[in-house]
Parts: sequence; structure tokens; C-alpha cells
Amino acid sequence: MQNADGFNPSLMREPKDSYLTNGYSLKSWLLTKDHKRIALMYLISISVFFFMGGLYAAAIRLELLTPGSDLLQTATYNKAFTQHGILMIFFFLIPSIPATLGNFLLPLMIGAKDLALPRINLLSLYLYWIGGILTLYALMQGGVDTGWTFYTPYSTTFSNSYVMAVGLGIFINGFSSILTGLNFIVTIHTMRAPGMTWFRLPLFVWAHYATSLVMILGTPVVAITILLLAIERVVKVGIFDPAIGGDPILFQHLFWFYSHPAVYIMILPGMGVISEVISSFSRKKIFGYEFIAFSSIAIAVFGFLVWGHHMFVSGQSIYAGLVFSFLTMVVAVPSAIKVFNWTATMYKGSISYDTPMLYAIGFLGLFLVGGLTGLFLGSVGLTVHLTDTYFVVAHFHYVMVGGQVIAYLAGIHFWWPKMTGKMYSEFWGKVSAMLVFVGFNLTFFPQFILGYQGMPRRYASYPAEFQVLNIFSTAGASVLGVGLLMPVVYLTHSIFAGKPAGDNPWMLPGLEWRTQSPPPTLNFDEQPVVTWEAYEFGEESGLDLEEARRAAGRPSVV
Amino acid sequence: MQTDSWIPLFPESASSFSWQVDALYFYLIGISVAFMIPVVAAIFWFVVRYREREKFATPDEIHGSIVLETVWSIIPFVISMTIFLGGAVVYYTQYRMPEDAMQVYVVGKQWMWKIQHETGQREINELHVPVNTKVKLTMTTEDVLHDFSIPAFRTKADVVPGRYTYLWFEATKPGTYHLFCAEYCGLNHSGMIGSVVVMEQNDFESWLQGNASNLTPVEQGRDLFENKLGCASCHAGGSGQRGAVLENIYGKEVKFVGGSSTIVDDEYLRNSILNPSSQVVEGYQPIMPTFKGQVTEEQLISLVAYIKSLSGVDASATAPSAPAAPAPAPANNMGSNSNQGGR
Repeated sequence: MQNADGFNPSLMREPKDSYLTNGYSLKSWLLTKDHKRIALMYLISISVFFFMGGLYAAAIRLELLTPGSDLLQTATYNKAFTQHGILMIFFFLIPSIPATLGNFLLPLMIGAKDLALPRINLLSLYLYWIGGILTLYALMQGGVDTGWTFYTPYSTTFSNSYVMAVGLGIFINGFSSILTGLNFIVTIHTMRAPGMTWFRLPLFVWAHYATSLVMILGTPVVAITILLLAIERVVKVGIFDPAIGGDPILFQHLFWFYSHPAVYIMILPGMGVISEVISSFSRKKIFGYEFIAFSSIAIAVFGFLVWGHHMFVSGQSIYAGLVFSFLTMVVAVPSAIKVFNWTATMYKGSISYDTPMLYAIGFLGLFLVGGLTGLFLGSVGLTVHLTDTYFVVAHFHYVMVGGQVIAYLAGIHFWWPKMTGKMYSEFWGKVSAMLVFVGFNLTFFPQFILGYQGMPRRYASYPAEFQVLNIFSTAGASVLGVGLLMPVVYLTHSIFAGKPAGDNPWMLPGLEWRTQSPPPTLNFDEQPVVTWEAYEFGEESGLDLEEARRAAGRPSVV
Repeated sequence: MQTDSWIPLFPESASSFSWQVDALYFYLIGISVAFMIPVVAAIFWFVVRYREREKFATPDEIHGSIVLETVWSIIPFVISMTIFLGGAVVYYTQYRMPEDAMQVYVVGKQWMWKIQHETGQREINELHVPVNTKVKLTMTTEDVLHDFSIPAFRTKADVVPGRYTYLWFEATKPGTYHLFCAEYCGLNHSGMIGSVVVMEQNDFESWLQGNASNLTPVEQGRDLFENKLGCASCHAGGSGQRGAVLENIYGKEVKFVGGSSTIVDDEYLRNSILNPSSQVVEGYQPIMPTFKGQVTEEQLISLVAYIKSLSGVDASATAPSAPAAPAPAPANNMGSNSNQGGR
């Protein structure tokens, strides 16, 4: 469906004040308590980190074009993959959807003026910046070469790189995450508009609730781990290093006790976006609302019980391996339930092929591959062979990029008209969605094959027989890179030259679509009262669909 | 071991259990395809069949279906359990150490693999083994984590400082196979590679002959024990000595001051040399000094091999064709430190 401008009365009136026009000074941004402004500052910040992480990715893929270690020296390569991982995971993926779309939309979706703790929200942005700048400083000084996993005793005793500075950056950044999670939970409990019951909440909100639980329960563990690492490195107390009486496997347990749930911090909000997009562009009530909502909670809970599946070959006991394998299989089920429900939502819908929907359909395909290859890696006998190979690299990129990043892009395109009041070019949006999908598969699918052949990850040089597939992968990465850069251009362009989007370009029932675009500082002119169920696209929603259809039929007046 | 096709799709399969891993792999590919085809087909069908025909249409609501939800919860659960069980069976084969295997000792070090055979031969970044013979690797590292990975055998295990980990395989095809370090270990991680050379029995015998010379681990251990480290001054000569009796203790229970006990295994012997005061045997004084920093990992392996030989375990260098006497109890590769099966 085309942007339905021309019918919306809001276009006819003078542009009203919005959160964007509420002060233009630097101070009005840096000291704002407005969740929408904070979300925009997050959006710009994480985009910068994503771009830098992407540069490292480009360096990695170029180096791997040839079997030898030629473009980058081995030491540089080791830093490149480490820093790619650190920037992408801690400074892009973890904050990506919660800190930008979540921050922007949660209060709007539940009919609130702001988050419950606006100053804490600003504090979490500042902590993110401080952590990020500290990490960047460490990278400028010489970087870190431990892998993003910081395995001991290499990280504590052997590495001569800036482990402590980066550790401190991640430590501080963790508190940003904890405060955001805390804020979301308090907001969802206390700030819902009259009539907005728990089961009228959009699934995006449920997903963020589950994510927030993981953030506040899991993140302190990584903070503790980094602290212990610092104590060992600085004071030389044996905690992880066996030479002074520690246990290196203990570090892995602590690290993965956070970092596996962190995977769900990254993917759950993406699942929330996909629930919104698929339902909205099928104009169909989401199939099995309760099942999707509770599967998010189930994933968050079971996610805490499967950390040992990262350690099948680490020397943990054979029986622990079996238990973790079993639990990993269990956690696969709620993800499968979600995929089935999303698919069933489209049944007998009225499906339009707008950019967000194209991204969402791409997500379904890529997440299927990512999820199913997770079963390969959960099956312990198979994973003894696959662990630490490119199969793992391919799998988590299918989940993290094919899942989370694609969902993030779907969400950005979906709510861009609301955030900016402008409509981007549908044509370029579609082109970019297709390029990302094709480029992504070309990049990462060959890596599954490489992995089964045994090519280890984190190798600067590799045996010559692996070269052909690596060339495919690098070629795909260049397509993917172009696909990912395009939105930066056309979305930025739309801010200045885009057509006005109107308050509700797709005639959707969610509360965020019932205020102006961009929203006023206090979100709603008057306190909304919710009298409809979630995802009602028909007359019950109270939207004037007849008028909208008539207007859409008219040639647009610009 | 280079495959013939232009794009290699599948690695050489050359160990007694590699077919099991491959079977599991193909089973999972089958499941994945069987799962994806209907879902992707449904997505395509819905997207085409139910495409938008009228702007802002309001199709009839469907709330959901308990029956469908139940079905598509139970079916994936059952399938995932078959995957779990298949994986568990294969894992058990991979990680349960055989009793009658030829022993090889591996010490990882940034960035090389140091390997010693029971018969004394030493190799670096190469491991020669006979075909159709079970080989058990006892591994540790002098510095950081490493991982001994042989893709063609479909197995690997981390090599962990401060303890022993084990890996076993039985090669089924003569040839040269990749050996990788699969756990990131610093600067030259990708250079910590080598090869496993699988030879016909006869070829292996002549390889052993051609590389004879070195002392066996047991002989080296005896030399350290009796001469270089002076262990014998307290530990030789049975009971009545200042040091605990070492004869015939391997695989048996030993009681400590304070009442706890453990079964004597490699890990215990190693720990007793490095941290003697942590577990003092009942009836003895905590007078033994630590040897931490004075013995290398390779010397430790020799010492443990020698002390084991005092219990009649691996007493003489076992010829690969004549494996050591079968022993009853199962050994557990991953045992933390106390529950390794005795013999």
C-alpha cells in the first residue's frame, strides 16, 4: 500500500509543536528528560557504533579473501575480530531495539507521558556514552585481542592489550542496560493508561518486559565477572588463573551465565517488533496472543538455564553436558511456537508489501535457519565437531543479524513516520530490504559448510581448500554492506525532503498511531482511555476506516 | 585429504565414530528441510493468496486455536528430544574413554603442540598413529587454553591449564588429516596447526623404529624420581618412609588427614606434586615441599606415568599392537578431579 497521504486532516493544519520543536539548543537535548529525545540520541549513538563494528567486519572479510594472513597482520586481525564483537554486541545489539524503539514507543504504546523514571533514563544514556567512550579510547590506544569472550587465563595473564580499559567500558555500559530494564519494568507496571490491561498490551511491550527481566537479573553477573577479572589482573589473587590457584572454567561459567541470556536480550525485542509488523501489515489480529506473550517469558526464564551449552568441550563434566543439551532443546520450543503463530497470523489476512513487512518476512526465513541450526549446536554429539568452527559463527550471525538486525530495520522503517513525521522512499526501502536478505545469505550460508568441514573461527590464515567458500562469503558481505548503508542515506534524506507521513499512514489501532507524528512532548494531548483489544483493525478500533479508504482512492494532493 | 570437487562440501570422514556424527548431521538437515518447506510454503502461499485487495481492509478476526498451539508445541518438543537423544549417544561415544587404548601425551603451548608417545618418540605439530587402533590422548597446556581438534575424526576437546583432559579416536583410513587449535590462544592461534598422520600398522612400526632413541615417559619419570628431583629419598622403599607409599595405589581409595578421601587418578597425582599440602595422606606429616614451578608439564606427565607404573599400570611401554591389559571400570574423560574410574 502506498503512503496514504492526502486524506489525513492533520496534513491540512499547521504543523503543531512536537518533541522535535521543543527547543533547539544543545542543552535542550543533553538535559532532556523526554524519552523520545533520549531514544533519538541512542539511535544516533548506536548507529555510529554499528558503523565502526561494520568497518571491522569489512576488514575481517577482506583479510579472509586469501588463505594467508596478508592484508592484516595476525595481531591486527585478532584485534579486528575482537573489537568487531565487542562493539557489535555490547554497544549495538544489546541496546539496539530496547534503547531506541523501546524507549521511544513503550510510553506511547501504553498511553503514558514518559517512562516512569525519566532522569534515570537520561542517566542510562550517559552511562552508555561513558562506557562507549572509554572503550573507544582503549581501541585507539591499541585495542584488545582476547576475543569478545575474554577467556582466562589469556585475558588475565597473557594478553598485553587494553583488557582492563575495555572491561571497565563494558562494566559501566552494563549499568546502562540494568537501569533501562528497571525503568521499563516500573513503567509497564505503573504507567498504563486507563483500560490498558495486561492482555491489551501490544506484544512489543511483552517482549520488552521479558527482555528487562533478563537485563536486571543477568547483567550484574557480567559486572561481577569483570570485577573478578580486574582483581586477578591487578592484585594477582588467584580466581581464574590455575598458575595462582584459580580455575579457568569458572570464568566461562560466569561469563556465559550472563552472555547466553544476553542473546535473548538481543533477540526478544526483535521478536516483539516482528509481532507488531506482521500483524499490522496483515491487518489481522495476532494469532495466539497469549502463546506469543508467554513464550517470551518462557524464553527469558529458560534462557538462564542453558549457559553450559557454550562449554560442551571445555572440560565440564559429561553429565553437565547432557543436562545442558536437554535444556537447550527445551528452549527451542517457545521459539518454534512464535514462528508458527506469526505464520498463522498471515492466514486470511490483507497483506501489503511495504518495506517493514518485507523485512519481517525476511526475518522469518533467516530466523528459521538460525533457530534450526541452533538445534545442530544443541545436539551435544554433533556440537563436539562443530564448536569453535565457522558453523557457530554462521549460526549466531543468522540469529543476531538475520534475526535481531533485520527486526531492528523492520522496526525503524515501521515507526520512522511516527518518529520523524516523514515518509521515506518506499522504492529504496524495498531495494534495501532485498539486498540485505540476499547479501546476508550469501555471506553467512557458506560459513555453515565451512564449519562442518572444520574451519576454526578466529583464524587469520586458513588452509587453501577453504578459499572458494570464503570468497563467496566476502562477496556476499559487500552486497550486505551496500544494503545496510542505503537506509542511512534515504532515511536521512527523508528527514529533510520526505513527504509528510500523517499521523496514521497505515490506519493502525495502536495508541502510538493515535497521536500526532511526530508526537508532542507529552505524547498525547489528552489522557487516552483504551476501550479496544490489542490488534483490532476493524470498526471496533474506532478509526474512521471508511474515510481513509475514500481518501486513499483519491489521487493524492500534494 | 583435499577433496576433489571444486567447492569442497563435505570433509573426510576417517574415525570409528565419525559416521555417527555425519548421520546425526544428515538427520538434522532432514529435520530442518522438513520443517522449513511447509513453513516457507505457507508464508509464500499466504503472502500471495491473501495480498491486499482493498486498502485498510478488515479481514475477519481469528483469535487462535488451542488445538493448533498444542500440536505445534508437542511436535517440535518430541522432535527435539530425538535430536537430544541422538546427540547424547554420539557424545557418549566421543567422550567416554576406552580402557585398551594406546596412550599419547599432548602438551599445548603458545603456539605448538608437543606430543610424546608411550614409547618415547617425540613430535611437534604432528601426530603419527596406526590405523584401526584406539588412541587416547592425555592433554594439558603450559599456558593458556587450547583445543585439540581433528575435523576428519569429528572430535575435539579443550586443553586446559592446571588439569588433564582426554580425547580418544580410532582412525579408520590411512592419510594425513588437519590438526587445528580450535580455542583462541593469542597471537599465532591460526598458526597452531599441524597434522595427524594415520599409517598402516607396518608403516607405523617402521616409523617407530626410525624415531626410536628417546626414553619412554616411564623411564624419564624414573630418572626424575630417583635422581633429578630426589623424590625417592622420601617415597622409595615402601612403608616406614617419611613420604606416602606410592606402590599399588593407582585406582584405589586413599584417605586424607581430616577424614576425606579420593580415588587415586592422574589428576590426584599431579595435584599432589604441585600442591602437596592440599591433600595430606592419613598417617603422614605435611612436610613435602611444592614442586610448582620446578617441573614442566611434560615432566609432570612422565612422573605421573612412572608412579602409575608402580601400580602395574602401563608398567612397560605398551606396543600399540598389544594393548595394555583390559581393565574393568569405566573412565570418565571429563571427571572434575575425584570421580575418575579406577583400575
